[in-house]
Amino acid sequence: MGDPVIVANNLTKVYKMGNQDVCALCGVSLEIGRGEVVSIMGPSGSGKSTLMNILGCLDLPTSGEYSLDGEEVSLLKDDELADIRNRKVGFVFQSFNLLNRTTALANVELPLRYAGITTSRRDLALEALEAVGLKERVMHRPTELSGGQQQRVAIARALVNAPAIIMADEPTGNLDSKVGKEIMALLLDLNHKKGTTLIIITHDSSVAAQTQRIIHLRDGLIEAV
Amino acid sequence: MNITQSILEALESLNANRLRSGLTMLGIIIGVGAVIAMLAVGQGAQSSITGAISGIGTNLLFVASGNRVQNVKNPRPITMEDAQAIADPLVSPDVAAVAPEIQGSVDVTVANGKQTTNAITGVTPDYFTMENYTVTEGAVITQDQILGQASVVVIGPTIADTLFGRHDGLVGETIRLNGQPFHIIGVTASKGGGSFGSQDSSIFVPISTAQTRLIHRASVNQVDLIYVQATSADTVNQATEEVTQVLEQRHHTPIGIDDFTIFSQKDILSIATTVTGVFTIFIGGIAGISLLVGGIGIMNIMLVSVTERTREIGLRKALGARKRDILTQFLTESSLLSLFGGVIGIGLGWGLALLIGRIAAATGNAFNPTVNLSSILLATLFSAAVGLFFGIYPANRAAGLEPVDALRYE
Repeated sequence: MGDPVIVANNLTKVYKMGNQDVCALCGVSLEIGRGEVVSIMGPSGSGKSTLMNILGCLDLPTSGEYSLDGEEVSLLKDDELADIRNRKVGFVFQSFNLLNRTTALANVELPLRYAGITTSRRDLALEALEAVGLKERVMHRPTELSGGQQQRVAIARALVNAPAIIMADEPTGNLDSKVGKEIMALLLDLNHKKGTTLIIITHDSSVAAQTQRIIHLRDGLIEAV
Repeated sequence: MNITQSILEALESLNANRLRSGLTMLGIIIGVGAVIAMLAVGQGAQSSITGAISGIGTNLLFVASGNRVQNVKNPRPITMEDAQAIADPLVSPDVAAVAPEIQGSVDVTVANGKQTTNAITGVTPDYFTMENYTVTEGAVITQDQILGQASVVVIGPTIADTLFGRHDGLVGETIRLNGQPFHIIGVTASKGGGSFGSQDSSIFVPISTAQTRLIHRASVNQVDLIYVQATSADTVNQATEEVTQVLEQRHHTPIGIDDFTIFSQKDILSIATTVTGVFTIFIGGIAGISLLVGGIGIMNIMLVSVTERTREIGLRKALGARKRDILTQFLTESSLLSLFGGVIGIGLGWGLALLIGRIAAATGNAFNPTVNLSSILLATLFSAAVGLFFGIYPANRAAGLEPVDALRYE
């Protein structure tokens, strides 16, 4: 398994619903090794999204420890979290979440802008777009691209900062099965070539079947590893 | 993110919503345009009024009946005899010339059937030199015509045009004032419009003729105003003192309250400057309110924009945008919106000011609306500040969004 890139210990996330405390995560511990491909599955309300938000440093756990690529995350402030997300996490969303008013290239450059990279920004973005097979379409706007191509742009954007992990939330959920397969193949290929850790949240067992390990969540707890 | 990038990105996003950006800017455009135009008109009016007052000479004094500061009962009227007494070089050595004046309104008719109501001014020969009137034809009123109460008039070019359709070859023509025939002996040269009504539509008659036959006052030797010219600008104070002594003696008010008032051109100038200054601030302030309304419009649209782009904000945060990045982004957008509005507004205001100047010129009250650098700077800074100020709340709201909630927002 190699050295772990994610070490989570007894993570909980508690929401207040009226007077009641409801735990979305009720003590989750897991380790994910560098270069591993893991899928997280579970029914709605099982805590998948909450876990992804915490692992992706979008949210902080109520209690528990979480270290990402050797950095303790659970005590960080908002701006420090933003910094960690920028350097260590790449996101791929179900609905792509591209900025429609700018080109594919500008979309991919966005994380580099927030990283403060100016000189090599264009080259890095072009390189990432080439890696996802969109070299010919860099100046197209998302509205001029197909769903599969848009998701490729999103993957390029996730890659461009050379993150420690890529979090993919239902990456094939908005695509037909043929294109979905291509996207999965691309993600796995990138994992293979670049050794980027890949965490896929999915409902689709055929997607999960392509990963090395499946984590099942139910009622805020890991069911079986 | 550096500032150039922020500006480029803001431009991109404003460009994506062109109609909305344009309409939002309209509020600022109108606000700034109104402020610029109003300040320009105010300043133009001020310089035109002060110019007109300065034009009457720095060594002029005006003597009128009554007291403008204190209440005085039954003030004696100013008379021809007062004017003659002031003119005595032995009593008032610092007075160079004296010109009494009486004003009234009469019905004017000419043989061709034209008729109108116009102001007439009863004057003495000195009046024309003191007020810098020259004639394009004929001559001005003489002392003999005063003594003889002659039925003669000197008319201005504008009223000449109104009555005869021309302003030359008129000497010898007859006009009727309140039905009485008068011979035209001269036509004055155009002095252009003044702020106290056009001086080119004046009708001058000998003061004695006006007093006896055209303008009826309580006593026949009464005048409305005496123009007093000091020997130079430096002797205005001495001249004022001398005139005061003469009149106090003649009006039997050496002690107690004077029943006459002496204005100098300086007094009038300072009053006019104060009045027009207040006026300018007043209309500028009203125009400023529209700028405020424009600013609120910006805030409104920015709030809509923040709500609409919640997912985008969430995404940006997921990609590593800090609070400050989001704050800068929205503040840049609102400031640019306002700044562009301001720049266009300056152009609009300038155009409006020129247009008002043209209209004023066309109606014979020429003055130059002046757009100066300070009002441009003021408007630019103010509009940018409006954008910044009214952008703070929406931008803060955007920056404070939780990435998780923002990403989930539909």
